[in-house]
Amino acid sequence: MKIEVLGPGCPKCMSTEQNVRKALTELAVQAEVEKVTDIQEIVRKGVMSTPALVIDGSLVLQGRIPTVEQLKELIRAR
Amino acid sequence: MRWARRIAVGLTAAAGWWLLYSNLERFANWLVYSAIGMATGTRFASAMAFFVFEAPKVLMLLLAVVFGVGIIRSFFTPERTRRMLAGRRQAVGNVLGSLLGVVTPFCSCSAVPLFIGFVTTGVPLGVTFSFLIAAPMINEVALVLLFGLFGWKVAGLYLGTGLVIAMAAGWVIGRLRLERWVEGWVYATTPASPRAGMVERIGWAQRVSLGRDAVTDIVGKVWPYVLAGIAVGAGIHGYVPEQLMASIMGKGAWWSVPLAVLVGIPMYSNAAGIIPIVQALLEKGAALGTVLAFMMSVIGLSLPEVIILRKVLKLPLIATFVCVVGIGILVVGYLFNIVL
Repeated sequence: MKIEVLGPGCPKCMSTEQNVRKALTELAVQAEVEKVTDIQEIVRKGVMSTPALVIDGSLVLQGRIPTVEQLKELIRAR
Repeated sequence: MRWARRIAVGLTAAAGWWLLYSNLERFANWLVYSAIGMATGTRFASAMAFFVFEAPKVLMLLLAVVFGVGIIRSFFTPERTRRMLAGRRQAVGNVLGSLLGVVTPFCSCSAVPLFIGFVTTGVPLGVTFSFLIAAPMINEVALVLLFGLFGWKVAGLYLGTGLVIAMAAGWVIGRLRLERWVEGWVYATTPASPRAGMVERIGWAQRVSLGRDAVTDIVGKVWPYVLAGIAVGAGIHGYVPEQLMASIMGKGAWWSVPLAVLVGIPMYSNAAGIIPIVQALLEKGAALGTVLAFMMSVIGLSLPEVIILRKVLKLPLIATFVCVVGIGILVVGYLFNIVL
């Protein structure tokens, strides 16, 4: 599983990345977590509201910081 | 049946809120003058009563409004807005862009991807600016605080003039054909495919939880500034002599409007914190136009946002943007001082 956290580096994106790692630890799931900060890359994926989350190539969430609970659900669904 | 229980809880909360809210002034006066026993007419008592009344009042209004707007915003996404604005003609686009700027959730850290997303998918530059001007300038927190403290006329003025400024400034910027002052790489960015950016279908339970999140996020972050602002307002209310502001910011001083706008541009305050200051200034004789101009230039034009936009806009365009909006605010300020 590959999880990408999209954001230009503001505190919201960092919180999102922290929550993602926490959710993965709590679920005991292995996944590659990548932080995407390049604006052009972010726009190409159709994101206009950061932070945004892409799991295995699909955009699943944008515009808010997902809670650990919400993330666990999103990861479990895959 | 979970529905019925939830609605019952909601209604009880609303009723409780209303009960508390409508008795605040009585409570504040009782607390300061009867319970604590301060003498009426002293400046300190006056300041205290102002604070004890206004602080919970403003916080309660904030709670209610941020929650409501959080729910309204759950119906709008930048993706939807982009689709509605792509390819629009200038005038209609400016109007629509400004209106959507008010209701679309927007965080200034997303200003850059949003800007690029808009201009590379056929939203005209001027229309994008109408959106970017309206979004921070017309703040729901400010709107409802103005309504709660001054009534619907002042709140309506703020809303109406804010929208007009966003529409007009965006239109002017569009007509000036300043596309060459957008950083070149922006237009070279591959636009997202029309189907990118998913549509999240959400139910009411999630809308309510988004409303609650908005309250914890916004009110949780903003309340110290609100209290600080009210404390300043209380100080002005209790200690600044009547009509002092009239000489500095009153109608007679024609230079007060440009000064207010110039002072306000580099300042940045969240909307909630500045309203109590607005209230105290008005009480002391400052003219409405001047105070509105000051408030709008503080919250509408912010240094942090300009710095963020520097990534995608060259300096001449940024300067034009600030000047056009500044002039718009100036005109509004003068207009109100003359008309009211």
